[in-house]
Amino acid sequence: MHHILLRTLKTGIVTEKTPELPEEMKEISRKLLERGIGRFGRSLFIRHLDAGSCNGCEVEIGMLGSPCFMLEHLGFKFVASPRHADLLLVTGPVSLHMRQALLDTYEAMPSPKLVVSVGGCADDGGIFRGSYAIAGGVSEVVPVDLHIPGCPPEPLDLIRGLMTAAGV
Amino acid sequence: MDESRSPCSPFLEVIETDREGYLHLAMEMSETGGRLVSVWGFFSESLSLLFSSYFRGERLFTGRLSLSGKISDLPSITPFFPVASRMERSIRDLWGISFSGAQDHRRWLDHGLWERVPLTQKAQPETFGEGDYPFVRVEGMGVHEIPVGPVHAGMIEPGHFRFQVVGEKVLRMEERLGYSHRGIDGLSRNIPWNRGIKLAGRVSGDTTVGHALAYSLSIESAIGMEVPKRARFLRGLLLERERIANHLGDLGALANDAGLSFGLSQFLILKEDLLRQNKSVFGHRLLMDLISPGGVRKDPGPLPIAEMSGEASRILQEVEILEMIFEQHGGLQDRFFGTGTLPPETAQKMGLCGVVGRASGQPFDLRRLWKEPPFDETGFTQALETGGDVRARVAVRFFEVKESLRLVQEILLKLPSGDVFLEPPSGESGKEGIGLVEGWRGEILCWSRLEGGDIVAASHFHDPSWILWPALEMTIPGNLVADFPLINKSFNPSYSGHDL
Repeated sequence: MHHILLRTLKTGIVTEKTPELPEEMKEISRKLLERGIGRFGRSLFIRHLDAGSCNGCEVEIGMLGSPCFMLEHLGFKFVASPRHADLLLVTGPVSLHMRQALLDTYEAMPSPKLVVSVGGCADDGGIFRGSYAIAGGVSEVVPVDLHIPGCPPEPLDLIRGLMTAAGV
Repeated sequence: MDESRSPCSPFLEVIETDREGYLHLAMEMSETGGRLVSVWGFFSESLSLLFSSYFRGERLFTGRLSLSGKISDLPSITPFFPVASRMERSIRDLWGISFSGAQDHRRWLDHGLWERVPLTQKAQPETFGEGDYPFVRVEGMGVHEIPVGPVHAGMIEPGHFRFQVVGEKVLRMEERLGYSHRGIDGLSRNIPWNRGIKLAGRVSGDTTVGHALAYSLSIESAIGMEVPKRARFLRGLLLERERIANHLGDLGALANDAGLSFGLSQFLILKEDLLRQNKSVFGHRLLMDLISPGGVRKDPGPLPIAEMSGEASRILQEVEILEMIFEQHGGLQDRFFGTGTLPPETAQKMGLCGVVGRASGQPFDLRRLWKEPPFDETGFTQALETGGDVRARVAVRFFEVKESLRLVQEILLKLPSGDVFLEPPSGESGKEGIGLVEGWRGEILCWSRLEGGDIVAASHFHDPSWILWPALEMTIPGNLVADFPLINKSFNPSYSGHDL
C-alpha cells in the first residue's frame, strides 16, 4: 500500500490546463444554443457508440481518461446507458450491421440530446465509403449536431469538440 | 493454372495443390504438429483460389488451390482444424460458395441484411434466411441466458456475447461478431497500393503498424523487391513502439477491471508520453500511414533518435516499479490468479500464437524464429508462461513491454545509415505475395495479388483475433460472469480486425 501512496505523491498532479476554444467554435456553440438544445455546461453525460470504426478513434477516446486530460474534471462523464446520456459520441462509418443499434441507442436517449460524430469515417464513410457493408456517415442515419474531424482526432480535439457541444 | 510468384523469404513456402492435395496438406499438418494460421479465398470469373496457411517448425506453409470452371463447393479443412470454421463460413458468406464437409452451416459475417452475395452479386442462396442467430443453448433447471451487446457499457468495439449461466457461473459463452464488417475484402480489390496501404492501416486502428507492414511485405514479395536496411530497422522500431503503447494501455486496463484504478492512471500517463513522442517524431500519435510498400515515409534525425532512446529508458524504469506494485497487491493477484485459465493443451490444439499463446506455453514469436532485420542484429528474449490464466497474460505483457523498451534502445543504437524508401517498380500481373508479421496481438498475415503497374487485384488481411475469439469462448466456462470483462481484456482480441 505504501508503494501506491508514494507513487501517487511522486506523480503529483499531471492534469493539464483546459484548452481554450477558438472563436469559430464558440460561434458553433452559440448556434447550438440558439437551436434550443440547452446548455449542459459542466455537467455532460456521454454515451459512446462504435458504429463500425477501426478502433483508432476508441484508442484516443480512451486516452481522455488519462490523468493528463482527466475529462471528468470538466464535469464530462462517460455513462453505460443511453438512458443516462445527454450526448451520443459516435465513431466509425455506420456499418450496415450497426445501423439499427445506432438508431435504437439514439431513440433510447432522453431529450434534449446531442449527437457528435468523431473521425473522418463518421463524417462520410471515409476510406470505407462506397462499400456494400456501409450505411454511410453518421448524419445519414441520425441527426448530427457537431462533427470532430481527424483520423483519429487527438484528445485535445475531442475535448474542444465536447466543450463546444456542451456550451461550456 | 496460373503462375504465382514464389515468395522471397526462405521461411515461406507456397504449395500448389489440387482438391485432394489441399485436404492432404491439412491432414499432414494436423498430424505433424502444424498449426493453422489462416484460411482465405479469392474468386473471379476467370480464377478461383482457396488458401490455407500453416505454421510448422519455423516455416509458413501455404496450400494454394486453384480451380477453374464453375465451382459448386470447396473442400473444408474443419475436420482437421476446427478453428478454421469461422474463416470458412466467412468465405461462404462473402462469395456464396459452400464448403463440403463443414459441420457448422450458420451464417457468420452475414447478418441477413444483404440482398445479394456481396462479392459476386449472385442471388442469395435460400438457406441464408432472415431471423435470429441460432445460438447453442444450455437447458435444464436454473439455467438462464444473458445477452450482451453489440453496444457495450464501456468504450469498446461492437460485438455480441451470449452467456448461458447458472447463478454466477458461466456454463457456456458464445460470440456473435461481424458488427464492424466494412467489406474490406471488397474494398481492397483493384486499387493502387497507395490506397491499399491506407486501407491496411485501418483494418484495426490499434494495429495500424502491424497490418500496414504485413501488406507492404506482401506487395514487396510479389514484386520481388528488397527495401533498404535502414527502412527495415525503422519498421522494427515502429512495430515495437506500437506493441509498447498497446501493452501499456492493456496493463492499465487490466488493473482497472480488477478494481485498481491507480494502475490505469499510471499506465495511461506512460502511454500518453509515448503517443506524444510518436506525434513529435513521426507526425502521428498512432503511427498511421508511416509504412508503405518500398520502406517507411519518415526518417527521424539524430536528435529525435536520442530522445526516443532516453524516453524508452525512463518508461522502462517506471514500468519496473509498477510491476513490483502489481505483484505485491493482494487484491489484484487474487483477481488475476486462476481466472480465465486456458490450459497449454487446449492452446496447442487451437494453434494459438501471440501474447495469449505465449501465456499458455506456446513458444511462438517470429522475432525469435525468423530473426529478420532488425532482430538479426539485436538480442531478443521471448516471453513464456505456462499458467494460461489472467496472471500469466499479465506477466507476458510485463515481460514483453520491458523487452520492447529495451529493444527500442538497441534498434536505435544499431540503426544503419542509408535510404528509408525506394519507389517500388511496376508489378507483374498475376504475381502474388504473402507477408507475416509478429504484431502486438500475434501473427498478422496479408496476401496480395498484383494486377500490373501499381494496381493490386486483391488483398486479404488476417488478424490473429480469428483464433483468439474462439479461444476466449473455450476459456470462459466455469468462470464467474463478473470475471468476463477481465478475461476478455486479458485476451483483448480485435473486433474490427476480425470483422473486416
